[in-house]
Amino acid sequence: MTDGPAPVLAAELIRWSWVGDHLDDIRGYLVQHIELTGLALLLGLLLSFPLALAAVQWPRLYGPILGFTGVLFTIPSLALFILLIPFTGLQIQTALIGLTIYTLLILVRNIVEGLRGVDPDVREAAQAMGYTRARQLFQVELPLALPVIIAGVRIATVTTIGLVTVTALIGWGGLGRLFIDGFTLNFTTPIVVGIVLSALLAFAADLLLVGLQYRLTPWARSGGG
Amino acid sequence: MGGDAVNVVNEVIAWLTDPAQWSGPDGIPVRTLQHLYYSLLATAIAGAIALPIGVYIGHTGRGALIAVNLTNLGRAIPSLGIIILMFTLVGFGLVPVLVALIALAVPPIVTNSYIGVRSVDRDVRDAAEGMGMRGRQVLWQVELPVATPLIMAGIRTSAVQVVATATLAAYVGLGGLGRYLIDGLSQRDLPQVVGGAILVAVLSLLTELVLGRVQTLVVPRGLAGQGADAAVRAKVEKAA
Repeated sequence: MTDGPAPVLAAELIRWSWVGDHLDDIRGYLVQHIELTGLALLLGLLLSFPLALAAVQWPRLYGPILGFTGVLFTIPSLALFILLIPFTGLQIQTALIGLTIYTLLILVRNIVEGLRGVDPDVREAAQAMGYTRARQLFQVELPLALPVIIAGVRIATVTTIGLVTVTALIGWGGLGRLFIDGFTLNFTTPIVVGIVLSALLAFAADLLLVGLQYRLTPWARSGGG
Repeated sequence: MGGDAVNVVNEVIAWLTDPAQWSGPDGIPVRTLQHLYYSLLATAIAGAIALPIGVYIGHTGRGALIAVNLTNLGRAIPSLGIIILMFTLVGFGLVPVLVALIALAVPPIVTNSYIGVRSVDRDVRDAAEGMGMRGRQVLWQVELPVATPLIMAGIRTSAVQVVATATLAAYVGLGGLGRYLIDGLSQRDLPQVVGGAILVAVLSLLTELVLGRVQTLVVPRGLAGQGADAAVRAKVEKAA
């Protein structure tokens, strides 16, 4: 404990005047955090839907798809972001591609499990009513799989909100920039603000998705289902 | 940074195979051992905290709501923020990194050991009690052995996350493989950065593989080979 900055008193974890003076910065970081999270999830969903549909259609593909996305998921986030630098530099794509890659395992797994969980009787009924394959997928199977899919989106969202902060080390980071600011200034206030806001953002996003699921699956509300 | 990808690949290979990289206090072996040391210490302390809590909640059923939601709550806490905050508060040393890594590792172990103990078949528990076992005997001789696969799965999940996150220790001046990433980034030395990233990724994957192997070894023989692995995996994935 000899080098490094001297310990500061824990009594003043947060200095409100600093927060007041930096509201615009904080708002900017928050907006970037939400944009990065939203874009990564959007891209993640766009990629994982075809992958999941392929895995449902050809079950033999499911193992390799899960294995591959699982290996990607195991790579430490900072390492993954950095491995992308030779290809995309320090641009926003590096952060975005990395964040998207981390959503794939969770999203693919839950979409597949959701679709597989649809009652075969329901599927047969749809076929008997003359539904085409596409109509059956979009009007019957996907709505019924929605709770499991949204459960996956919730995990992916909260995970991504946490990972966005790591991209601060490659020049992005949303609220994670506040950690770097606090580190540079040896000053706890920005760090505490960053931790609290990113945790609150995760909770808010999670609640929003729970609410979304409640609205999208009206049939699940009655009958205690 | 940026530049020609093929060129970078050659430079990274040159960096990784340079004998100078494989010896001395900054060498890859020492950095790897430091990385493993932080990770092992954090996972061991986290296990010592989390296992009794999870098993207690599973055995008694008290506090189940906390046990189930802890993993989700844990995901919302940014490790980089915790490391930097603790560093600002207590200064240079192992403590900031250990606090962040332990906070990361505790939730999955609590949740999984809770689910493991809780999901022991009621009939099995009844049979044990019918044979005259008491609460503590049921716990040690029936519930814990049956819960081993899930408990191990929780430890494995945590350990892999810890190894991945221990990379950030370098940001507050400690060692470990993260040094190559942090130093390389500040020196704009791309081969070092990418070489380090490859090393960390390989170490994480190896941790996952080795602990997966350990997991199958410690599962009691009575539980193996009856599709238990698939059932356990399904439960673990639901929990995670």
